[in-house]
Amino acid sequence: MNIIYLLLTVSVIVAIFFFVIFILSVKKGQFDDVYTPSVRMLFEDEIIKKVENKNTTNTEKQI
Amino acid sequence: MSNKKEHSTCYHCGDKCDVETIQYDEKSFCCNGCKTVYQIFSENDLTCYYDFQNAPGSTPSEISDKYDFLDNQEIATKLLDFNDDKHQIITLYIPNIHCSSCIWVLENLNKLNASVTGSQVNFPKKTVRITYLNNSVSLKQLVLMLSSIGYEPYISLEDYSSGKKAIDRKLIYKLGVAGFAFGNIMFLSFPEYFEVSEFWLERYKHVFRWLMLVFSIPVVFYSGWDYFVSAFKGLRAKMLNIDVPIALGITVLFVRSSAEVILDLGSGFFDSLTGLIFFLLLGKFFQQRTYSFLSFERDYKSYFPIAVTRITSEKKEETIQIYDIKKGDRLLIRNMELIPVDGILISNKALIDYSFVTGEAEAVKKISGDKLFAGGKQKSGVIEIEVLSSVEQSYLTQLWSNEAFKDDKVKAYQSLIDSISKRFTVAVLTIAFVATAYWLYVDASKALNVFTAVLIIACPCAIALASPFTLGNMLRIFGKQKFYLKNSNVIERLTKISTIIFDKTGTITTNKKSEISYKGDALIDSEEQLLYNALRASNHPLSRQIYESLPVKETIVLDQFEEVLGKGINASFSTKVIKIGSSSFVGKRENLQDLLTTVHVSIGENYKGYFVLKNAYRSGLSEVFKELKDSKLVILSGDNEGEKERLSALLPKNAKLLFNQNPQQKLDFVKEIQEKGEKVLMMGDGLNDAGALAQSDVGVVISENINVFSPACDGILDATNFKKLSKYLSVTKKAINVIKWSLILSFMYNITGLYFAVTGQLEPVIAAILMPLSSISIVIFTTISTNVIGRSIK
Repeated sequence: MNIIYLLLTVSVIVAIFFFVIFILSVKKGQFDDVYTPSVRMLFEDEIIKKVENKNTTNTEKQI
Repeated sequence: MSNKKEHSTCYHCGDKCDVETIQYDEKSFCCNGCKTVYQIFSENDLTCYYDFQNAPGSTPSEISDKYDFLDNQEIATKLLDFNDDKHQIITLYIPNIHCSSCIWVLENLNKLNASVTGSQVNFPKKTVRITYLNNSVSLKQLVLMLSSIGYEPYISLEDYSSGKKAIDRKLIYKLGVAGFAFGNIMFLSFPEYFEVSEFWLERYKHVFRWLMLVFSIPVVFYSGWDYFVSAFKGLRAKMLNIDVPIALGITVLFVRSSAEVILDLGSGFFDSLTGLIFFLLLGKFFQQRTYSFLSFERDYKSYFPIAVTRITSEKKEETIQIYDIKKGDRLLIRNMELIPVDGILISNKALIDYSFVTGEAEAVKKISGDKLFAGGKQKSGVIEIEVLSSVEQSYLTQLWSNEAFKDDKVKAYQSLIDSISKRFTVAVLTIAFVATAYWLYVDASKALNVFTAVLIIACPCAIALASPFTLGNMLRIFGKQKFYLKNSNVIERLTKISTIIFDKTGTITTNKKSEISYKGDALIDSEEQLLYNALRASNHPLSRQIYESLPVKETIVLDQFEEVLGKGINASFSTKVIKIGSSSFVGKRENLQDLLTTVHVSIGENYKGYFVLKNAYRSGLSEVFKELKDSKLVILSGDNEGEKERLSALLPKNAKLLFNQNPQQKLDFVKEIQEKGEKVLMMGDGLNDAGALAQSDVGVVISENINVFSPACDGILDATNFKKLSKYLSVTKKAINVIKWSLILSFMYNITGLYFAVTGQLEPVIAAILMPLSSISIVIFTTISTNVIGRSIK
C-alpha cells in the first residue's frame, strides 16, 4: 500500500500544474471577456486563396 | 409619382426608406450613406457582414474636421496603448457595437486596410483593440475609416486624461485558490468518511490529514483574508457587521481542525472550512457583476472633447488640447461642437443649445459680447469666442468639486444583512456560552467540543449568501429590462424612498417628437401642398417635425427654394410664394408669448398662421405619476414656467413644481428635504442634474441612448421603459422579502445544526453535509424566487 504515497504525490503535482496554468491565463487576461469568444468561434475561416480569387473574379468580370 | 410613402426597408440598416429609396445591386437603401457602406463592403469582400444578422448596419454620420485633433502627435500618443517604431495599438470605444455582424466586420478590418494587422473586439465593453502599422496609416485615417462604415468611435476627454486602469482580478485568484483547495480536500476526506476502522486507513490517515491541513492554509490566509480585515475594522468601529461571525467561524474551524490533526484527536473540519470560504467568495463574485459597457462614474470629462481649434495671433488655426486653453485665447467653435470653457462671444450671433447643461429646452440666441458658459452646443454655424477661464475654472466644472460627489453612498447605508448580523452574533455567542456552561457541569470533557461546535455550525454561510445572490440576480433581471444599476446596494436603498424628484427637460419630456398644433387661417389644397413640399426640402429639425405631422401630399418640384440660417424657408411653385419661419422673417410683428416654440407661415402677401410645438411628454407619464402616489412627487426644472399648467394637471395636488432651477439650486433642494428626513430618488438626464443626482439617496438617469454620455449616477434607465418605473420600485420591495424568507430558511438549517452541536454529536461528516446543503438550497431558492418576481415587470 506504500504506492499510495506515489499516487498522492503525482496527483497533487498534476493538480497544481493545472492550477498554475489557470492563474497564468487569468493574468494574461484571457478570462476578462467571457462573451466574445463564444461568438467568434462561430465565424467561418476564410481560405487564404482570397487574393487569387480576387484576381480571377476581376478577370472574369472583364470577359 | 406615387401617393403612398415607400415601404421597402433598407438592406443595410433596416430603417424604412421613407424620404427616398436608392436602388443598387438589386437592393434598396434608405440613403446614400447606407449605400456607400454597402459598396465598401462588397468591394472588399466583406458581404459576409449581412449574413449573421438582418440589417445589421447603421447610417454613417457626417464628420468633416471632427478628428483633426488626432493629427496632433501629443494627443494621439496619450490615447495609444502601445507605440513603437512600427506598430501602434489603440483601444477604441465604439458605442454602435451591438451584434455578431459588428464583431465580424471589426475583426476583419484587415480587408479594408491592409495596414491593420489585427483587431479584437470586446463585446461586453464595446471596444475594439486595433494593431496597425503606423508608417502606412495614421490614427486619424483609421478613425475616419471606422466612421465611414458606420462604426464611429467615441473619444472623449476621459480617455485622454485617465489613462488605463488596471483590471482588478484579485477576487478571481482568491476564488481559484479556494475552489482548487476545496475540491482536493473533499476527495482527501472521503476515506475517513466511508471507511471508519479499516486497517490500512488507520496507517495512512495521518498522510491524508496533514495534506488537508497544508491545502487549507492558503485558503484561510489568502482567500479568507478579506473577512478578517473587514471583521477587525467593524469591531474597531464598534459595529458587528456580517463579517464578524464569519471570521469567528473561520478561525474556530481552523484552530480546532489543526489541533485535532496535530494532536491526533480527529480528522478536522477542513472540507467544511474550505467549502465555506469558497461559497462566500462565490457570493461576492456573483454580486460584483457589472455592466462593462456602461459607466456610472462619468463626470464632465466624458462629455467634453479632447481638443479644440484655437486661432493664433497670426490668424492661423491650430488644434490644441483643451487643458492648454488659457484666458484670452480665441477659439473657433464649429456647428454642433461643444463650447469647452466659459467665454465671451466675439462673432455677431450664436445659437447655443444648453439643454444638457441647464435644462432649457430652447436654444438661446446670443449676440456679440454675451457671456457663454461651458457645456453648451453651438447650433448655427461657426463662431469665435474669447476665453474667460480655463477648463477647471469654468462654472460647470466647479460644480463637480462639491462634496456631494465625494460621499460614498454604500458605506453610509446600513444594509438589511448588517442589521441582522448584530443580533445574530450576539445570539450565537449566548448559545455557545450557555451550552458550554451546561456541559462543564455535566461532563467537562465535552465542554470545549461543544463550544467550538456551536461556533462552527452557526457560521452564517447561508445568511451571507442570501443577500448577494438575491440582489445579484435582481441586478441581472433589471438589466434585461434596461434598468441598469450601479451595484446591489442601490436596490436596498430604493426600497426606502419617500420622495421622488423629476427633472423636466429630457427626463419627462422626449425630444423625439413634439405636440404640434396649427392656429390660423385654414389652407387650401394647393397651399398645403406647397407647405408640405417646402418643409420636405428642409433639414431643420423643426421643419422635419412639422413635415411628419402633416398628411401626405403629392410631391412636386419647387421652382425656388432657399433656407436662411436661423430665420426660415423661402420657396415658390408656379405663382405661389411661401415663407416659413420666425415671425419676423414671415413679416408679422412679434407679440406672442416668448415661451412657446412657434413656426409662422405666410403665403404670398398674406400671413396665414403659425404652428405651435409643445414639449411632448413621454408616453405613459400620467399613469406613472398616478402609480407613484405613495411617494411625494417634485418637479425641478431648469426651464421656464411655460409648462406649469400642463404639468400641474398631470400631477397629484400636493406635488411641488419649481422652475428656473440652476444645478446648484437643485442640489440644495435635495439636501434640504434630506435634512427633514426624506429619502430621495432623483430622476434626471443631463449635466444640470449632476449635483442633485449625487446628493440624493438614489440618482437615476433616463437615457434615450445609453451609449451616449450620462452623468454620474446610481442607475441608468432606458427611456423606452420609463412607464415601468413604479413596477421597478415595487419589485425591489419584493426582493427584500425574498431575502427575509431565505434568512428564515437558513435559520432552520442553523437550528438543525445547533441540535447536533449542543448535544456534542457534531461529527465532521455532519458539518460537511449541512454547510454545502444549506448554501446550495439558499442559492436555488433565491434564484427561483427572484426570477418569479422578475416576471411581474414584463
